[in-house]
Amino acid sequence: MRLLIIEDDRDAADYLVKAFREVGHVADHAADGEEGLGLALEGGYDVLIVDRMLPKRDGLSVIGTLRAKAVATPVLILSALGQVDDRVKGLRAGGDDYLAKPYAFSELLARVEALTRRPGSRGEETVYRVGDLELDRLSHRVVRGKDEILLQPREFRLLEYLMKHAGQVVTRTMLLENVWDYHFDPQTNVIDVHISRLRSKIDKGFAQPLLHTVRGAGYVIRDGART
Amino acid sequence: MTRSVSPVTRRGMTAFGKLVRTTTFRLTLVYLVVFALFSIFLLVFFALNTRWLVTEQITGIVNAEIADLNEQYEQGGLRRLVLAVDLRSRRPGSNLYLVTAPNGSGLAGNVASLEPGTLDRLGWEETTYRRLVETEAAQHKALVQVTELSGGFRLLVGRDLEERERLYSIVAGTGRWSVAIMIALGLFGGLYMSRRVLRRVDAMSDTARTIMAGDLAGRLQVVGTGDELDRLADNVNAMLDRIETLLRGFKEVSDNVAHDLKTPLTRLRNRCEAALRNAKSEPEYRAALESTIEESDGLIRTFDALLMIARAESGEAGGGTSEFDAAEIARDVSELYEPLAEEKGLALEVVATAPAPIRGHRELISQALANLLDNAIKYSTPAADGPLAKPAGILVMAGVEGKAVVLKVCDRGPGIPAADRARVIERFVRLEQSRSAPGSGLGLSLVAAVARLHGGELKLEDNAPGLRAVLALPPAHHGEGNR
Repeated sequence: MRLLIIEDDRDAADYLVKAFREVGHVADHAADGEEGLGLALEGGYDVLIVDRMLPKRDGLSVIGTLRAKAVATPVLILSALGQVDDRVKGLRAGGDDYLAKPYAFSELLARVEALTRRPGSRGEETVYRVGDLELDRLSHRVVRGKDEILLQPREFRLLEYLMKHAGQVVTRTMLLENVWDYHFDPQTNVIDVHISRLRSKIDKGFAQPLLHTVRGAGYVIRDGART
Repeated sequence: MTRSVSPVTRRGMTAFGKLVRTTTFRLTLVYLVVFALFSIFLLVFFALNTRWLVTEQITGIVNAEIADLNEQYEQGGLRRLVLAVDLRSRRPGSNLYLVTAPNGSGLAGNVASLEPGTLDRLGWEETTYRRLVETEAAQHKALVQVTELSGGFRLLVGRDLEERERLYSIVAGTGRWSVAIMIALGLFGGLYMSRRVLRRVDAMSDTARTIMAGDLAGRLQVVGTGDELDRLADNVNAMLDRIETLLRGFKEVSDNVAHDLKTPLTRLRNRCEAALRNAKSEPEYRAALESTIEESDGLIRTFDALLMIARAESGEAGGGTSEFDAAEIARDVSELYEPLAEEKGLALEVVATAPAPIRGHRELISQALANLLDNAIKYSTPAADGPLAKPAGILVMAGVEGKAVVLKVCDRGPGIPAADRARVIERFVRLEQSRSAPGSGLGLSLVAAVARLHGGELKLEDNAPGLRAVLALPPAHHGEGNR
């Protein structure tokens, strides 16, 4: 995956470039809004990571210009402004996701990977499959092997989100934002409890667990043994 | 006073210049001019009227005398006339009389000399004269009437005008003096009043300046007369009280922040140092780094919560407001926490059936309720005493009570002693009993701040046993509460 990081803080940018390389992605860096816009317009990137406050041209204006020129590359906004209205402003300007600083790299990575799949085929499918687990988005039925699994509406949405991003790490914050639509920190490990409940319904009694915990990052649903 | 004067030049002004520039002094000047003009008008009117009145009186007397003397002449001829004139001339304070022969020589009377030509003209005239008996050579003014008698004789009767002139000069003098005194008193009074006002205003500005310089305890002086300056001072003092309270709160917060952020920072630093000093193997370094990250995450959470509270308190929590159902919020948030409660062996019951519409920040109110619920779960202990003990439950309620929409979270935990209830809402306050439980001590402060932002309040009540946290918020539309 090719990433463009538009960030004026040299240290932060170097750290990100290095960290993304370590996990196998290619990352370029632009130090200001103008340079970033130029590089982004040349194309060829899978995801843009844009800081909001940039020299020469601010992040939201970069995104606005890209969208006006019909460049649809997914954009993740990174910003020290993390309140709800800042987030709304960022998303309205054409951002696809918003992450407040300071952040954990695992969170950023998970979100970037989730973004690359967003416009792909998965979003349009009506039935998600992971191993022998099947989720029908239209009839709201979940089947594992031959057994139908009964889920609460919220559990269904949780599983749906996990399966939509099957094979990708999904963080607790992403779940809270996308399944519950809350953007605050619930202080306690509420998500973990929901996951363990879901896990007891879909994995209990089956030889092959599908829902895995990724330590220090979040959860992933995938077929096959944990690597 | 639309001219903008910079504080520097204003301070550089002379004391007198300052005095003269005061509103009071300017007002005094305006009133002074108006009153002076009015007094002058009044006095002139009075003087002219008096003069006219005296003249009228003299005319009357002289006319009567002439008529009388004419009669004497008609009846007794020149002899009788001369006799009568002689007689009247000798009376003290008499009128002026003169009878002349056709050749112009005086026959009788008390007039020594007249302005030349006076006798040649008939009728009324103002003239100067000298009396016969007078020793001094002073000339006096008089109003005279000259009439011609049959046979060419002429009769002059007149009256001294000194009286009139004196009266006139008294009035004029009074006028001049009173206007002068009025102007002097007015100026003096104006300056005095301005100085008094100026002194108080100066005292106020001085106090304001010391307050600006940092002495927040300073207050404007209230004289106690209840005048407009006192009222102004009262209001400014009330404002200063408010500012002082706010600033004290701010200082408390920063002290608390310093404490509650520095403590974990110190811990973090110590841990790094210890790792550098003692760690030998990679797993040990790894463990140290992991706990460092954990600690910094906690710091970030505390910091976020503080920012959120500050935003909520300043009333600018963004995201815009919308209208939504508090009952739905209660159900949603309870749903999020229900597995957590269950895991702890607590039954979570939600009573929120009737819609309770409110207008506000959905996210913030959700977070407030989440904080209350999180607290309730954190501090509740499942009842395990004997088989008959009821399971300790948590009750979440949403509904309309009276005019308010209330969100309630009731638990069966240890509760909060009545004396501490107000205190726990403050930032970073954590009761001794709860020091060991995780948390920043900001949960309830945030709830209270959210309540204030929405014009509501957070009440902590005794659930006997346990705590009942009541978040009371104004409904979306008054009177439309329970549909």
